[in-house]
Amino acid sequence: MARMTLDELRALRETKRQDLARRDVEGKDIQIIVGMGTCGIAAGAKLTFDALVDSIQKHGLESKVLIRQTGCMGLCYVEPTVEVAYPGMPTVIYGKMTSDAAEELVQKHLVEHTLLDNHIFDRPAADILKK
Amino acid sequence: MAKKNFMLVCGGTGCESSKSDEIYRTLIKEAELQGVKDDVQVVKTGCFGFCEKGPIVKVLPSESFYVEVKPEDAKEIIAEQVIKGREVKRLLYKKSQQTADNIKVQDIEFYQKQFRIVLRNCGVINPENIEEYIARDGYVALEKALFEMSPQQIIDVMKASGLRGRGGAGFPTGVKWETAAKVNSEVKYVVCNADEGDPGAYMDRSTIEGDPHSVLEAMIIAGKAIGAHNGYIYIRAEYPLAIDRLKVAIAQAKERGLMGVDILGSGFDFDVEIRLGAGAFVCGEETALLQSIEGNRGMPIPKPPFPAIKGLWGKPTIINNVETLANIPVILTKGAEWFAAIGTDKSKGTKVFALTGKINNSGLIEVPMGTTLREIIFDIGGGIKGGKKFKGVQTGGPSGGIIVEKDLDTPISYESLIALGSMMGSGGMIVMDEDDCVVDVSKFYMAFCVDESCGKCAPCRIGTNQMHALLDKISKGNGVEADLDSLERIGKAMTKASLCMLGGSAANPTLATIRHFRDEYMEHIVDHKCRAGKCKSLVVYEIIPAKCIGCGLCARKCPVPCITGEKKQPHVIDTARCIKCGECFKACKFGAVTKR
Repeated sequence: MARMTLDELRALRETKRQDLARRDVEGKDIQIIVGMGTCGIAAGAKLTFDALVDSIQKHGLESKVLIRQTGCMGLCYVEPTVEVAYPGMPTVIYGKMTSDAAEELVQKHLVEHTLLDNHIFDRPAADILKK
Repeated sequence: MAKKNFMLVCGGTGCESSKSDEIYRTLIKEAELQGVKDDVQVVKTGCFGFCEKGPIVKVLPSESFYVEVKPEDAKEIIAEQVIKGREVKRLLYKKSQQTADNIKVQDIEFYQKQFRIVLRNCGVINPENIEEYIARDGYVALEKALFEMSPQQIIDVMKASGLRGRGGAGFPTGVKWETAAKVNSEVKYVVCNADEGDPGAYMDRSTIEGDPHSVLEAMIIAGKAIGAHNGYIYIRAEYPLAIDRLKVAIAQAKERGLMGVDILGSGFDFDVEIRLGAGAFVCGEETALLQSIEGNRGMPIPKPPFPAIKGLWGKPTIINNVETLANIPVILTKGAEWFAAIGTDKSKGTKVFALTGKINNSGLIEVPMGTTLREIIFDIGGGIKGGKKFKGVQTGGPSGGIIVEKDLDTPISYESLIALGSMMGSGGMIVMDEDDCVVDVSKFYMAFCVDESCGKCAPCRIGTNQMHALLDKISKGNGVEADLDSLERIGKAMTKASLCMLGGSAANPTLATIRHFRDEYMEHIVDHKCRAGKCKSLVVYEIIPAKCIGCGLCARKCPVPCITGEKKQPHVIDTARCIKCGECFKACKFGAVTKR
């Protein structure tokens, strides 16, 4: 790598900041948790996970969203399952979240703040009723 | 393809010596073997500070905090965490005796109450990758200093921040810089003092190991402020890992044009060289350090003139400690007001301490000035090992004094520690319990000073020897009460008359222990008794015949051997030949061996 100018240093900092942001946990209040038990993985949860990471990067949300994996959530009949916790919105567990649905999730839930009605399988009723 | 998991492996000297490098390599190898190398990024970072529980591996984003990890655990960590997305529960940090297994990093009591400025990047970034430093606002302060600020503006910020030298003396950094800046000289020098000599202090080493660029960035800023174009880092050769990381960092900075000629196109030149020291304690003293860099024998010279006016090769030189420097990029980035708001009235910012001794969580901590010793020892440090009774804490290493229970609630600052007869020093904190003997500890520190005294001035050369002889006499039970007065008299003379602070502070540990524990000294002198059992000449091991069942365990453990007796008959220790190692005392299951 050659010597940098001031602008190059600033550009490099921006790119690398995003890379590191993905590693960081602090200050991220939106959580996406992908069920990666055997059932989930068999149904394609790994692809879903990757698609979610890509999609979040596409929307520039790395610094706000934390993507984690967990084990089986018990909804094995609708795998892959993805739980989304967004402050101010009910926490939802979506089912049948194949990699194609990942972009839809990010666009609708995280950007437009609407739920994906045809994928909801758990949690919302109780939360909605409380409000 | 994006990484799903990030594994941060501690690469500090402490964890490396318990095979963290092997853990790091095994994690990478296992990820490859198990076919998930694209899913996980393994990063070797600087010290996490929680050295008691090392080696440490932290996994993000799950925030799993694994302690005491072994290389053979790597396979399971990859299999569970990356493939199955589960934590390896048996390795997670647990509060003692508690079964709750999912403790998040911010809930670990060791990290609560800590506030990290100097150690901001330690355990977060890979110290051998300049890009990760840059990503965490690295070299932002340098940009400001080079393109937006005049030298005087930089100095004004330093003065307004209230930053004081972290090497121990607490001299205001901004004032030191201003003095050097005002001297008219074409050649000036910036020197980083990384000659960390206190037994038990390792914050400078860890800072360099975990975040070398923060020191380099600060040195360039200092160069701009005073008009210097050359810098030296004086570091002891016994810190090989820190030296390696510095070399890597300097090479990376030069390659990117962040050091060398025309930095970032600003027209400002600055170069840094490393100078290795042979590990003499006196070379931490600034004038002796400069002598050593010049190739002379490391001995202090009288001040004034101060180095800021006439230093290295007779040129104006500022010497700043590693920890002081590591604060500077943050102060410039966040502003003097931000920094001045942390800490106490006269001591601003934070201080890093190396907690060691009889404490549950030994390790590297950073707390705001004004935190009390009680909070450090009992909240962060987790109290005394094995539930023993706290006796005192030695701050400032061989230059400081012992601080006892009644003074534990004093908020820490440069002034308050001096008022207690100790000093901040570089931040070593050695905790002692009831099993430590004050005479023995004082003798240890005095022996250290005898060894390390350069011999140039008489008060230190002769004084340390005489004090050591008196302490030795007392520890062997041959002391008289007048020896205590002699110790105090010699100590006071050394403090006043020595050329540098080595001799000027060498008496502190002894004077402080006599002040607080005169009764224990008297016990040694009058009763020939050492209650902690540390002064070997005064300890006698004996077997109580009534309690001895004649199992023979003590005789088998005795290395001399000086324990005799028939099977199933009471044994006897030949006290004349006994070397007082205490093995029989530890071995006996029936309490038949006594110590008095």
